[in-house]
Amino acid sequence: MPATAPAVQNRIDARFAALKAAKKKAFVAYLTAGDPNLAVTEDLIPALDQAGVDIIELGVPYSDPMADGPAIQLACDRALASGTTLVKVLASLSRIRTRSQVPVLLFTYLSPILAYGVAKFAADAVAAGADGVLLLDLPPEEDPALLTTLRDAGLATVCLAAPTTPTGRKAMLAKASRGFLYYVCRLGVTGERAELPEDLALQVSRLKKASPTTPVCIGFGISTPEQAAAAAAHGDGVVVGSHLVKILEKHGHEPDVVQRLAKRAGELAAAVHAV
Amino acid sequence: MKSKPAPLKSQPDASGRYGRYGGRYVPETLIPALDEVTALYLKTRTDKAFQKRLRELLSTFVGRPTPLTFATSLSKKFGRHIWLKREDLCHTGAHKINNAIGQGLLALKIGKKRIIAETGAGQHGVATATACALLGLQCRIYMGVEDMRRQAPNVFRMRLLGAEVIGVESGTKTLKDAVNEALRDWVTNVQTTHYIIGSALGPHPYPLMVRDFQSIIGKEAKAQIKKAEGRLPDALVACVGGGSNSIGLFHPFIKDRGVRLIGVEAGGKGDALGEHAARFDGGTFGVFQGMASYVLQSADGQVLGTHSVSAGLDYASVGPEHAWLREVGRAEYLRCSDAEALKGVHLLAETEGIIPALESAHAIGALEGICASTKKNAVLIVNVSGRGDKDVAEVARVEGVAL
Repeated sequence: MPATAPAVQNRIDARFAALKAAKKKAFVAYLTAGDPNLAVTEDLIPALDQAGVDIIELGVPYSDPMADGPAIQLACDRALASGTTLVKVLASLSRIRTRSQVPVLLFTYLSPILAYGVAKFAADAVAAGADGVLLLDLPPEEDPALLTTLRDAGLATVCLAAPTTPTGRKAMLAKASRGFLYYVCRLGVTGERAELPEDLALQVSRLKKASPTTPVCIGFGISTPEQAAAAAAHGDGVVVGSHLVKILEKHGHEPDVVQRLAKRAGELAAAVHAV
Repeated sequence: MKSKPAPLKSQPDASGRYGRYGGRYVPETLIPALDEVTALYLKTRTDKAFQKRLRELLSTFVGRPTPLTFATSLSKKFGRHIWLKREDLCHTGAHKINNAIGQGLLALKIGKKRIIAETGAGQHGVATATACALLGLQCRIYMGVEDMRRQAPNVFRMRLLGAEVIGVESGTKTLKDAVNEALRDWVTNVQTTHYIIGSALGPHPYPLMVRDFQSIIGKEAKAQIKKAEGRLPDALVACVGGGSNSIGLFHPFIKDRGVRLIGVEAGGKGDALGEHAARFDGGTFGVFQGMASYVLQSADGQVLGTHSVSAGLDYASVGPEHAWLREVGRAEYLRCSDAEALKGVHLLAETEGIIPALESAHAIGALEGICASTKKNAVLIVNVSGRGDKDVAEVARVEGVAL
């Protein structure tokens, strides 16, 4: 490659650039890989792409997802029961890449990555077509070298910020984040809630000040198009997870599960894109 | 992935690491709470009023110092001088109360009135419920439903003490799942709640804090053995679940290189993964529930189920300081099977008149083999970390005796 060639732009960055040009917010959908099995996951992702989802957070199932609520824990259990491993998730992702170029962020805990081997994982994940990694139990200061390895391979490292995060730390997290900064908008684990937090606007505006260049996406507890639209008004994007996962819990083995999930994701995406 | 361990004296480093073990692998939401606990805890180490209050309660409420009992028959049987550190005589029946009182006082200092805790055997749950009743704190205990079945008397005791006991149905329904649920509660209620972890594990500063509060065991034992034998012991023996009673006994002896530190893990019913809880004999380096340590996990990083006749040792990982002590060759770890532990219950009951907890019985069950690796008349201290009343029904069930 000639030295003057620009670095390949990460699909997540490219998507945010395109959304920004169109003055739109991002809709991020979470699903657990292998729930109910990887064949369904391989059909779901292109369908969600078609339905208007901007970024897929693809959960790599882990036995002890302590930051997740019951919906995602059960999804992890179903995925593990169907024989899902990180090796198989990456193989699925390579096949998905022949059908869809939607940005994919791998969402998991440290343990599966350590067991795989960090450097090998970084190389294999990029080769499979992953665009980023979010590790729920890795505050960036715990293992900066690991995050550097991921970034050097071309993966966006998405960090989390929470309502409890002090000001100085927000800037550190924004600096360590690539792709976007994920704002966990409430105390607690993942899962649906009836209301958005009252101080959301204030909290997000503070976080955006600490993160002037990296987009801020808001997640945890968002489930309806109305909530998604209201949250999107404050940030650069919105994440919906447990709500979609519950559709898989109920209808995962029905023949129309892909259409069903794509329909709901499409409604959420439309609400976010209309903001 | 070997890293050079910090000198023995300064364990752990400022980021809560013991060599490559330990650390703080937690959801971002918890970082400020861990910072707060760390800062306040480090202050209390030199806070005279705090330390005085702790000493008072350990003396007048817990009943410390606990005796060091000479095991006359066992000593004769094995040809060694065997001393028993009697944590079974602590109020509530096990060493767990040492840490629960310490952390309860710390919660008062932090200004958090709601306490949560996980429990496996129920001893830490009972100790925490007791400390909360004493100190006027609200208390909720998470316990796997499989452990609730095995330790029914302790569930009732916790409820008598005014605690709310929440059965955990997820995963393997044992200690690790109770820790997950407690962490989820803490993430949700972190602004009002202090999490009293019961063993020397989890994110920094818990392994440090629990070890410090439990080090009273080793400090007393050291003074007592010097008085009784006129010298330091040749070996210390303790069971290792998460590792709180063992690190409490070991820690004050770490710099006394002539004293062997021997931890006994749960060998369960077999060598296959899933049949035991011997992390150092089947586990690999990993990150689990907030810390880097040895973990019983699959080749792709999924935490595996464990088995032990003793609920308190039935855990897939082990405190980071133990992992480090083993790596630098300062402590050694071996395993004791369910069957040997049950023999240990009978042996100590029949020869010394002490019914040990099933956890502690692992240290007794391993004693014959350990004695064989020491010289004649060697001096050994065995930690009887808890008493066996809670296990009587379970032992009867396992042995097929109808009560």
